Amino acid sequence: MRVTGWGGCLAATGLLLAGCGGGPGGGDEKISDGKVVLAVLNDQSGIYADTSGRQTIEAVKMAVTDFQAKYGDKAASKTIEVKDADHQNKPEIANSKAQELYDRQQADVILDVPTSSAAFAVATIAKNKKKVFIDVGAASTELEGKQCNKYTFHYGYNSYMLAHGTGAEVTKDGSKNWYIVYPDYAFGQDMQKTFSAAIKEAGGTVVASDPTPFPNDNFSTFLLKAPNLDPKPQVIGTMQAGGDLVNLVKQYNEYKLRDKGVGLAVGLLALSDIHSLGSDALAGTRYTDMWYWNADEKSRAWADKFHAKTGKRPTANMAANYSAALQYLEAVQRGGTDNSDEVVKQLEGHKIEDMFARNATIRAQDHLLLHDAYLSEVKPSSEVKEPYDYVKVLKTIPASEAFQPRPDPACRL
Amino acid sequence: MLQQAFNGLVGGAFYALLALGLSVIFGMLGVVNLAHGAFYMLGAFGAFIALDAFGLNFWIALLLVPPLLGVAGIVLERLFIRRLTPLDPLYNFLFTFGLALILQDLVKREYGVSSQPYPRPQELDGTVDLGLFTYPAYQVFVLAVSVLMCVAVWLVLTRTRVGMIVRAATERPELTRGLGIDVGRWVTPVFGFGIALAAFAGVLAAPMRAVNPLMGADLIITVFAVVVIGGLGSVFGSVAAGFAVGLVSALGNLYVPALSQILVFILMAVVLLWRPAGLFGREEAFR
Repeated sequence: MRVTGWGGCLAATGLLLAGCGGGPGGGDEKISDGKVVLAVLNDQSGIYADTSGRQTIEAVKMAVTDFQAKYGDKAASKTIEVKDADHQNKPEIANSKAQELYDRQQADVILDVPTSSAAFAVATIAKNKKKVFIDVGAASTELEGKQCNKYTFHYGYNSYMLAHGTGAEVTKDGSKNWYIVYPDYAFGQDMQKTFSAAIKEAGGTVVASDPTPFPNDNFSTFLLKAPNLDPKPQVIGTMQAGGDLVNLVKQYNEYKLRDKGVGLAVGLLALSDIHSLGSDALAGTRYTDMWYWNADEKSRAWADKFHAKTGKRPTANMAANYSAALQYLEAVQRGGTDNSDEVVKQLEGHKIEDMFARNATIRAQDHLLLHDAYLSEVKPSSEVKEPYDYVKVLKTIPASEAFQPRPDPACRL
Repeated sequence: MLQQAFNGLVGGAFYALLALGLSVIFGMLGVVNLAHGAFYMLGAFGAFIALDAFGLNFWIALLLVPPLLGVAGIVLERLFIRRLTPLDPLYNFLFTFGLALILQDLVKREYGVSSQPYPRPQELDGTVDLGLFTYPAYQVFVLAVSVLMCVAVWLVLTRTRVGMIVRAATERPELTRGLGIDVGRWVTPVFGFGIALAAFAGVLAAPMRAVNPLMGADLIITVFAVVVIGGLGSVFGSVAAGFAVGLVSALGNLYVPALSQILVFILMAVVLLWRPAGLFGREEAFR
């Protein structure tokens, strides 16, 4: 079946190529190539390797196991494979790897893809090849704005969620004056804008905001400047990530700024960052997260399974990829096919309730997953009861408020 | 302002220590050691491992880790670098570059890309009143130790016979050889010493900076700019340029944050236009 499908493709190259590249391989089979292939494309060696990386592949494999256990012989596809590739956070590598995964590895869906520029590249490929792409790792809201398309979904978090959760809540809590420091590249600039907007909307003021070199290991200039600004900021909002964030927080503590009445709020904080710094270094710091492993029994139970498999506690990103893979498979099951158009139809507007996505819907107009987010606070080490138990959830931000209330008019699916 | 200048000097201390080692190695062996950043990173990881696996505190690590890595440097020089020095300089260039990547990836494989936790030594947890302003004790300590280290190296180089040979061999290796001094005998220990200095800076960095496999790679680019500004092979120049660059980048961050990313390189370009051999380099070295 497959061979003739390809033969047809080659014979009618000019005319029919588009048709052959897309849907199920040229025949009338329900499941293309006789199997469903999930592909994880992410950073396996660079700065995001610990927040998602290879552990995410394990999480996706767990979704396959759980799906097969649930449906057994009734599963729409007997064979489900998980493939992966490393995009090194570079859009051009993401571009060629995505093509390879869709074309040669027969991937039906690509998952994760951190770094927004790389995610945009994959979204374009997904659109051209009419294949499903569910992005988890990238923060940019453009994925459901200017860059949106029929086959691309944004699943988990975005800069709006981070900024409105942390920026608005901390401002409403009384810290009206902010000093923002952000790394001088696309992600940092985007975060600076969304945070400033959220802070102003909540009635606060951004006293100053400074771009910092990237990467950078010395933030003393900015930290020394903070308490002398007029009016004095009550909180420093840092948009740094990875090693830069660790540098900044270490130095923030050295200058004892908390004792001088300048608090700290972090734009994007992963469990692995807290582990690097030790929870005392960040105690009291607030941030918004899409999931926390020890938040309730349902998430805890999954985290225990993950721990048994990997020896580690999952980051929110890994849990989100598990959920995305599971919901993709469920959509294949409902539609009885892995045909992309049918899967998209099954996902659009679908309501989801699993260990990661709570009170969740995939908004049909822009393919953004709306779900509960969590305003969280890092605990001092005296309250940490077991390894990686660093966080307490202060408040659940309901799905209706956590993300953009309306789809971006720039998005035309 | 004064406080900012002081903070610039602390940042400069790291540049100075690293540039000093690079400079001595370059002068003596003619090798641009691209693995220098990796040894800085290994120094910090050495401190982390000493604490994590053996329970040895910061002070012991500061005494123990640099000599150990210095010995590793000596072995490296004996086994590989020595064999490549007679060939085109590009061979050592490539070798040390490759070595840096391998060392980084080995550490990455073992510890991941996230930073490792390392606390400040308790004795230096507080702040010090410096008269005009108060400052974190640890940073004052870093500055003091680095300055002492640079002065000590300076004294060894200027006041001892060994230093005289090294200095002569660093600045004019052929001429020194011509005077009947066995330069080769001093090459290995000098290489080891340069590596030990990088490791020393790494241990100092552990409590105040992110300890991760890429910490050296990020820093070393600036350090190369420092060495070029100071004048390739000039020992005094690299130290002076180290502190100067620290100062300039701190004040640059304060007044023109938009330029802070490239300020050091603008400075380098300006210095090179004005004095092609660097601030303290000698022109004839390049003829």
